[in-house]
Amino acid sequence: MGNRTLIPFGPQHPVLPEPIHIDLVVEDEKVVEAVPSIGFIHRGLEKLVEKKDFIEYVYVAERICGICSFIHGQTYCQGIEEIMKIPVPPRAHYLRTIWGELSRIHSHLLWAGLMADAFGFESLFMHSWRVRERVLDLIEATTGGRVIFGSCKVGGARRDITPEQMHWLLGELAEIEKEMRLVVDIFLNDNSVKHRLCGVGVISKDDAVALGAVGPTLRGSGVADDMRLLKYAAFGDLEFQPITRSDGDSYSRCAVRCSELFQSVDLIRQAAVRIPAGEIAVKVTGAPDGEVFSRVEQPRGEVVYYIKGNGAKNLVRFRARTPTFANVPALVKMLAGCELADVPVLVLTIDPCISCTER
Amino acid sequence: MIEPQTTIAILPETLVAETRKMRDQGYRLVQICVTRLGEELELNYSFDLNRRFVNFRFRQPKTGARVPSITPVYWCAFSYENEISDLFGVQVDGNVLDFKGTFYMTAMKHPFIHDDAPIPTAAQPLPGGQ
Repeated sequence: MGNRTLIPFGPQHPVLPEPIHIDLVVEDEKVVEAVPSIGFIHRGLEKLVEKKDFIEYVYVAERICGICSFIHGQTYCQGIEEIMKIPVPPRAHYLRTIWGELSRIHSHLLWAGLMADAFGFESLFMHSWRVRERVLDLIEATTGGRVIFGSCKVGGARRDITPEQMHWLLGELAEIEKEMRLVVDIFLNDNSVKHRLCGVGVISKDDAVALGAVGPTLRGSGVADDMRLLKYAAFGDLEFQPITRSDGDSYSRCAVRCSELFQSVDLIRQAAVRIPAGEIAVKVTGAPDGEVFSRVEQPRGEVVYYIKGNGAKNLVRFRARTPTFANVPALVKMLAGCELADVPVLVLTIDPCISCTER
Repeated sequence: MIEPQTTIAILPETLVAETRKMRDQGYRLVQICVTRLGEELELNYSFDLNRRFVNFRFRQPKTGARVPSITPVYWCAFSYENEISDLFGVQVDGNVLDFKGTFYMTAMKHPFIHDDAPIPTAAQPLPGGQ
């Protein structure tokens, strides 16, 4: 056994967009144990539900995260609508699906840039984020916001997409798809990228399930689990099968996200063709009395909201279990046995979102 | 549309055995959640297998709540168990990765069982406008 050294990783580190701390026990250059710490940005947003009107709280839910903000709002609204048995108009379901998939594309491209930056491929980082800007332009044109969309509300959607906007959106999306293919081609075929990702941080299929992993971290280990199969929003009307890879390494997780970019484009196209005409929201009266677990697939994986109301305008309990929270144990497992130089890459392969995690 | 969800009432003393049965069937641990209901805490342990959602539920007194750890069955439960310990004061016996109250850095101990816990507000500007 070599000399053991304790190396603190984070909470401030060049590859970390948000603060997480990991104590790395290393023997020479090999990590033998990793102990994570969070808690630097706990905001108590779940507690805030006791003071906010349940209709107002959708604004807070959207602010749990700056990347998957829309899907947080959608998950919250879906839960409230289930408790109150609100008949959400079909068009609103389609609009939510389109904005949700645009969120997934921009989130995966954000991750791609950060990942490229982590393994030192700066031009790939810049190209990924350049393409992402075009996706944000689509979001801004259809919702009015680039980070916080504010387009989802209890009972439906706050804004509509006109036929002209939809036509323009699909045209832009075709151009974005071409650019994404160039970026993805490098991620999947470049030798230097493969050298950093292939065979690194392997999680077997059984381990991924036992560790409670979700999203691309789970699907990269060969488990075809995706909450979109629950057919929420408009997914019941769209053709969809989860994307999986079986190797369970960093390359597999990367490949799943890359393929999901094009899957999301396809889902938006399907939704744009099938979106029905009609109202986009219904009036909401009363207050939620009951409970539900609302599950939706975010870019990082399954998010679970527990919502409980007692007929008052303030909820009794709101609890969000975010995908990164579920993926931290898998990360700890990946880090044990890896080379010290691979730690930043492995941290990014779960696409961590710490503000989500801590709420 | 929400999928059918099954909630099963169990006793705290059977938690580990029931959880082991779920693991043996291939269920994934989805989450552990605590809800304060007056002078009691309601604990929910959720599992999923091929999108079949099963939830174990039991109650404990708000003060002195104590549960066995399920980390010997699902190691990944350590983060949830530290969370319910820090935010609700639930004592978890046998957590294999116990942060001993330092998982979350909160201004007050066990904020989620108090009515008078400080509610988050917008940050006040620092003197000098910085």
